[in-house]
Amino acid sequence: MRKLKYWQAINSGLAEELRRDPAVMLLGEDVGRPGGAFGATQGLHAEFGEHRVRDTPISEAALTGTAVGAALAGLRPVVEIMFFDFVTLAMDQLVNQAAKMGYLSMGRFPVPLTVRTMCGAGLGSGPQHAQGLEGWLAAVPGLKVVWSSTPADAKALLKAAIRDPDPVVVIESAALWSVRGEVPDDPEATVSIGRAVIRRSGRDATLVAWGAAVTRCLTAADILAAEGIDAEVLDLRTLSPLDTEEVLASLHRTGRLVVVQDATGPCSVGAEVIRLAATEGFAALRAPAELVSAPFAPVPFPPGLERAYFPQDDDVVAAVRRSVGKEM
Amino acid sequence: MTRTSSHPRPAPADDLGVDLYRTMARIRHFETAASRLLASGELPGFLHLSIGQEAVAAGVCRALTDDDYLTTTHRGHGHCIAKGARIDLMLAELFGRAPGYCGGRSGSMHLADPGLGILGANAIVAAGVPIAVGGGLAAATRGRGQVAVAFFGDGAVAEGVVHESLNLAALWRLPVLFVCEDNQYAEMTPTETHLNNRDITAYASAHQVPAETVDGNDALAVFSAAERMVRRARDGDGPSFLHCRTYRWHGHFEGDAQNYREAAEVEAWRGRDPLRVLRLRMADESVPTAIDAECEREIALAVEWARAQPSPDPGSVTAHVYQPDGASCGS
Ligand SMILES: Cc1ncc(C[n+]2csc(CCOP(=O)(O)OP(=O)(O)O)c2C)c(N)n1
Repeated sequence: MRKLKYWQAINSGLAEELRRDPAVMLLGEDVGRPGGAFGATQGLHAEFGEHRVRDTPISEAALTGTAVGAALAGLRPVVEIMFFDFVTLAMDQLVNQAAKMGYLSMGRFPVPLTVRTMCGAGLGSGPQHAQGLEGWLAAVPGLKVVWSSTPADAKALLKAAIRDPDPVVVIESAALWSVRGEVPDDPEATVSIGRAVIRRSGRDATLVAWGAAVTRCLTAADILAAEGIDAEVLDLRTLSPLDTEEVLASLHRTGRLVVVQDATGPCSVGAEVIRLAATEGFAALRAPAELVSAPFAPVPFPPGLERAYFPQDDDVVAAVRRSVGKEM
Repeated sequence: MTRTSSHPRPAPADDLGVDLYRTMARIRHFETAASRLLASGELPGFLHLSIGQEAVAAGVCRALTDDDYLTTTHRGHGHCIAKGARIDLMLAELFGRAPGYCGGRSGSMHLADPGLGILGANAIVAAGVPIAVGGGLAAATRGRGQVAVAFFGDGAVAEGVVHESLNLAALWRLPVLFVCEDNQYAEMTPTETHLNNRDITAYASAHQVPAETVDGNDALAVFSAAERMVRRARDGDGPSFLHCRTYRWHGHFEGDAQNYREAAEVEAWRGRDPLRVLRLRMADESVPTAIDAECEREIALAVEWARAQPSPDPGSVTAHVYQPDGASCGS
């Protein structure tokens, strides 16, 4: 085990996969010589050369499409889209092309493509640099979507994504960029896509979150513990396909569900988790499920407003208290 | 929200040189103040400054009226100032204060002023380019001789939408002026790493859009080319493309370590300071000196005012996600 920052774990995952498999290559704006806008590809251009770590023009649609083609032709491209908001420029290639080719070719044309992108929430970077669009991507059959809350997962899930035969969008959190954590040394340590994890066990309520919101749920759980409320924190890690088994198992243990997300509520991943509870998990629910999300508005930039916009520890605590105070 | 302040924009002087110098000086002092405020921790968010590129904004916008449209980029303070945006409201926005141009919600990259035809700065590279084409479409439909200007960087030229916009504007002969502000870098990447053809005018020529390269540090040269192109557009002769070679003195964003370029290169370009280039051509040295002092005072007062403004009410974040019935935009 080594202690690495979130971004260093990403960097180390990329380096190991580039070393392991000559078909792996990186494409993105400033990923080469500059080492990435936020440092995630530092040193990789020097080690692997410009044919495997390529700086690209500002051309998200073409660069994603090029990666789709390269994947069809036998490479394992890893594309970096600098901010999550910019995946909108690559949507045709992701949604209409990459997501469907395996299906349309009856599996003869898998698209082993990885798209890494960083959600800027928490940086004060404003309405076109801080959105959570994971719900859009998770709604597309054929795409897989993962979002890590720890350095260890950031590395392990990225490696799993690169090895996966399907297109995987790997979302990273700017808010966690410098957070340190233990990361296994074993280059074969991966986390299976599609598996959630319990970060904290509890009996009274299930908190479901992913990415940077997990940390706030853990803090909220500590606050609640002091009041005698024992919250379980489930980190989804994969947003599509959803680990329905783990979510339902936790719900059966606690009978209460609070989903916490930085994205807006309508048509979101959180809404999907609640749909699961309202259908397959209905018998286990002892109180109405709660969705703690951003208000239905673009992300404001100044720190005061940004804090008010994204769900904070207090909002999570309040939602769990509400849930525990109710009995159906 | 009342937008009160004691800083009306100066009336344009008769003298072209004086006018261009004043605009550039206002931009320079604004950007310098913003840089200091960010460094001292007073401004939140990201800042992309245009110090060194002032002549492009001043020269192009001198050829426009309040009735014309423009769109700009993440590096758009200069274009907004040159188009007449209020410095106090811009600063309030940078501070994230309620009277700011976007209610203090958006910061540096989304300034817009419908009254002045500023259809918006943009945090998405190249997104403003087709929006300016839309301004041109409205202008052509209305037939009052308005024009629309799209400011964008050399990096944006790699985005497909720029080429689609050129084709559309040419096809429909729209009154659009494409202004490529070539500061030779897209973030940390020099232009030769992202454009195969470094002759940026060629991309316009391919769509039969007349194009010209000018010294983007020479405000008079920029103005004279822009004026010709704007006249063409007003006369119904369609779009033009102005390629301005210039250089940004500061990093891509404030705080950028700038490992990707040599200090000597920056120094060489500082030697071609657009303000000094113009100053040397002005007959009376005391005029620019007085303008600088005036701008410094103006900005200092505006900073003081903006800093004292209230933050937006967090409860207001959902206001204006949708507009009330009957709401309308500019004309
Ligand atoms: C669609 C999109 N891709 C990437 C970015 C990140 N980004 C912001 S500015 C920039 C460089 C833009 O270069 P250029 O167009 O030359 O303008 P300059 O910064 O030099 O003024 C990049 C890549 C973005 N904001 N939007």
